Amino acid sequence: MNNQLSADIVIIGGGPAGLAAAVAAKKNGIDRILILERDRELGGILNQCIHNGFGLHTFKEELTGPEYAARFIGQILELNIAYKLNTMVMDISRDKVVTAMNREEGLFEVRAGAVILAMGCRERPRGALNIPGFRPAGIFSAGTAQRLVNMEGYLPGREVVILGSGDIGLIMARRMTLEGAKVKVVAELMPYSGGLKRNIVQCLDDYGIPLKLSHTVVDIKGKERLEGITLAEVDGRGKPIPGTEEFYSCDTLLLSVGLIPENELSAGMGVELNPVTSGPRVNESLETNIEGVFACGNVLHVHDLVDFVSEEAAAAGKNAAAYVRAAKETAGRAAERASFPAVRLTVGTGVRYTVPETICAERMDEHQTVRFRVGGVYKNCYVSVYFDGERISRRKKAVVAPGEMEEIMLTKKQLMEYPDLKEINVRIEEA
Amino acid sequence: MQEYEVIIIGAGVSGCAAARELSRYDVKVCVLEKEEDVCCGTSKANSGIVHAGYDAPVGSLKAQMNLRGNEMMEKLAEELDIPFVRNGSLVVCRSEEDMPKLRELYDRGIANGVKGLQILGREEVLAKEPNVTEEVYAALYAPTGGIVCPFELNIALAENAYANGAEFRFGTEVQEIRRLEEGYELVTDQGIFRAGFVVNAAGVYADRFHNMVSGRKIEITARRGDYCLLDKSAGNHVKSTIFTLPGKFGKGVLVAPTAHGNLILGPTAIDIEDKEGTNTTREGLDQVLERVGMNAKNLPMRQVITSFAGLRAHEKNDEFVIEELEDAPGFIDCAGIESPGLTSCPAVGERIAGILRERMGLTEKKDFISVRKGILKPVTLPKEERARLIKENPAYGNIICRCEMITEGEIIDAIRRPLGARSLDGVKRRTRAGMGRCQAGFCSPRVMEILAREWDIDIRDVTKSGGASKVLAGTNKDIL
Repeated sequence: MNNQLSADIVIIGGGPAGLAAAVAAKKNGIDRILILERDRELGGILNQCIHNGFGLHTFKEELTGPEYAARFIGQILELNIAYKLNTMVMDISRDKVVTAMNREEGLFEVRAGAVILAMGCRERPRGALNIPGFRPAGIFSAGTAQRLVNMEGYLPGREVVILGSGDIGLIMARRMTLEGAKVKVVAELMPYSGGLKRNIVQCLDDYGIPLKLSHTVVDIKGKERLEGITLAEVDGRGKPIPGTEEFYSCDTLLLSVGLIPENELSAGMGVELNPVTSGPRVNESLETNIEGVFACGNVLHVHDLVDFVSEEAAAAGKNAAAYVRAAKETAGRAAERASFPAVRLTVGTGVRYTVPETICAERMDEHQTVRFRVGGVYKNCYVSVYFDGERISRRKKAVVAPGEMEEIMLTKKQLMEYPDLKEINVRIEEA
Repeated sequence: MQEYEVIIIGAGVSGCAAARELSRYDVKVCVLEKEEDVCCGTSKANSGIVHAGYDAPVGSLKAQMNLRGNEMMEKLAEELDIPFVRNGSLVVCRSEEDMPKLRELYDRGIANGVKGLQILGREEVLAKEPNVTEEVYAALYAPTGGIVCPFELNIALAENAYANGAEFRFGTEVQEIRRLEEGYELVTDQGIFRAGFVVNAAGVYADRFHNMVSGRKIEITARRGDYCLLDKSAGNHVKSTIFTLPGKFGKGVLVAPTAHGNLILGPTAIDIEDKEGTNTTREGLDQVLERVGMNAKNLPMRQVITSFAGLRAHEKNDEFVIEELEDAPGFIDCAGIESPGLTSCPAVGERIAGILRERMGLTEKKDFISVRKGILKPVTLPKEERARLIKENPAYGNIICRCEMITEGEIIDAIRRPLGARSLDGVKRRTRAGMGRCQAGFCSPRVMEILAREWDIDIRDVTKSGGASKVLAGTNKDIL
C-alpha cells in the first residue's frame, strides 16, 4: 500500500473505553492519537443504552448512555483527537501495524507507537447454550433487540420471554414493556441473578415482571416465527428437572446469557488471553504480554458499570502515553522492564480472576485498583488479601455476588514493605 | 396454466443437480419449490461430507452414485466456484474385536471401487490426527473423502441451471398431481402447471408425490440428525473427517472440519413422524456431545456457536430410488436420497438427465455455460486488488458481518444475482453473513436494512426465511 499512516497511539474502538483512553492519553501529552471505530458514530454500545444510571461515579450525576458518551465525545472534539468512523480493523501485526478498511479510503495501514485494545464484547448466542428446539424468527440477543428498539425504533415482538438476568436482559424487560410489549417472565439458570440488584428492582419488580431463578428454556416452538417456549426448573447442576416444564406462548425470546470480550484481533497479534475472562492478561499498566499493547474496558473483562470502564481506560491511556514517551526517550525499555520483578496476583477461594494479573511495585502508581469477580453468592464474608501467605488485609462484606464486580486497593507503600514478595492472593473467607 | 417439458419438484441439491444437467439440453425445464429459496430442506442441514464410498452395499445404486459423485465433485466444484477440499476421512475402530468390521468396510470399499483405502494402526492414526481418541486401535483411511459447502453447492447448481435457461418458481407448493393422457398436471398453490415429464426430488415428501401417481407405494421416513457447530477457532481440531465404525443407525457421530473452517459434530439418527420436525432436542444434542467423545478428545465444547437438525429422507429399503415409474410413464423418482446424497448429487443429476435424454430424445445445446462465478470474496484478493475493488465499489470497503468479515458488496451481490437472496437466511447461506461466532447478533439489523433497500420493501416485511418468519413485529409504542 502506498500510503502508510502513523500515529503514536492507535485506539481500536471508539466506545466508552476507547474514548476515555484517548482523552487520558492526550492529557498526558500525546498528540498523535487515532481512534478507529467500526460503527457509524462514536460512543459504542452506550448509544443504545438510553436508560439512565450512567455517570454516578464519574460525573456525580445520573446520565443516560448517549449523554454519558456525549461528555466524552465532546472532549474528543475539544482536544482535537483524530478518529475514523465506519472503519473496521482487519488485522494488527505484532509490531503494531494496524490494517483497517472503510468505504472511502479502502484498505490502509497505520504504524502505531502503542496500541490500545478497546473493542468491547459481544453477546453469547443461543447456540452457545445448546437450547433445543426450532430456529424460528423472533429469537434475539438482548443487545440486538436493544439496538432495534432504542436506535431504530422497531419493536422485535409483542409477547416476550427473556432468558438470562444479565443487566441488558433486565433493562430490556423494562424497555419492551414501556414500548408496548408484554414481558411474561425473566428466567435465570443460576440460583441468583447475573445483573445488578438495582436493575432487578427498577426493571422487573416495578413492572410486576416475575423473575424465575434456577429456570431455563428447554424447548422452542414455532417453525417460522416463534410461537412459544417451555421453561423448566433446573437442579443444582443446571440440569432441567422432569415434570417442572411450563409452556409460555410468546413471539419473542430475548437472550441475555453472557458477554464475551471480543479478542479475535488480540489473539491474531499474539496477545495472551486469560481463559476465565476471555480477555488479555495484563500487568499493573494494563499492558499485555506484547510491549506497548494495552487493553481496557469490556475487551479486557466484562464490567457492570461504564464508570469503571472509563476509569480503567483512562489508566490505560495514561500508561500508553508514558510508554510512548519512554520509547521516544530511551531505546532500551526492555532492559528497564527486566530489572523490576513482577508480583503475581493469584485467586483463592471464591475468586474467579483478577485484573491485573501481575504488579510491579516500582512501576505502579501510589494506588492500584485490582478488580475481580466472585464465583458464587457469599453472605457476611471477608474479602481477604494475602502477601506470600500472610494476610495483610480483610474487608467485611454483607454480600458478594457474581453479578457485581468487586475491587481491592493496593498501595505502593504496602508493596515496598515486602521487597521479596512473590504472590498476592485474593480470596473470600467466611466471617 | 403453465406448460413445461419437464417439471422438477424440489430445489434441493438433487433437484438442482438434475436441473443443471438437464440444462445442457434443449428442453424447457421448471423447478417448483415450496420454500422461498433453494436449499431449504435436507440440503441445508447435513454434514457437508463428500463420502469416499465404502459404506453402501456392493452393487447398490447408492454405492454407484456415491463413487461417481465423489469422482465428479472436484471438477464440478471448480466449474461452479465453490469450496471443496479432499481432506480424507478416518473410520476409527476402538478395539481389536471390532477389527473384522473395519476390514469388512475396507473390503466393501475396495469392491465398490474406492481408491487409496488403507488400514492404519494406532500410532499412524495418532500421528496423522493427534486429537483422535486415545482408545483408537486402528482406522480405515480414505484419502478420497472430502468436504464441501452444501449451501454453495446447491445455490451454484441452481444459478448455473438458471443461466442455462432452467426456470425456478419459489413459494410454489405442489398439492396434487393428476395423470393426463400425455404427461401430468400439477396443482399448486400458485396455479396449475403441466409437463410431459416430472422429476420427483421432493426429499422427505417424495413418497407423497410418488404415491399420488403410482400404485406401488413407497415410504419415506424423516430421520432426524442433530448437529453442533463450533467456532472457527476450533476448526483445526482435526484435519480429516473422523467417523466411528458404523452402527445400526447411520454412521455414528462424526467430527469434521467444514469447508469454511468451522468444526462440525453430529449427527444423531432418530426416526420421527413429523416431516417438518427440524427441531433439535435435549436428548439429541446430549447424544452428540456424549458420542463425539468416542472418536475425538480435547474437544473445546465452549466453542459451540450453534446447533441444528436436519431430516434425512430415509427409504425403507435403504436405497436410492432414481428411475422412471413402471406404472407412471414420464414420472421419474429421485427418492430416498439420504446420505451419501450430497456426495452423489452430481451423479444423481447426471442419471436423471440421462433417463430423460433417452426418453425424450434430447439434444445437447451448443451454448451450454458450464462455469458459474461465485460471489466475489474480497478477502481472497491480494491487498492491491482489494484496494482497487473498494475504489471502484466502496460497498466492498464496508464490513457488515464482523465475525466472518463479510462486506456490503458481497451482500448486495447475493441479493442482486439471479435467484438472489430474499431473506436473512438467504443472505447467510450465500455470503456467510450471520454464520459466525455472534450468530447474527451484530449484523442482522444491518443486513435487514440492505434487504429492505435492495428489494424496496418496508424493513418490517424482511423475513428470516420467507413466509411468516418476519423479524420485526412493528414499531415502538404502535399499539399503545
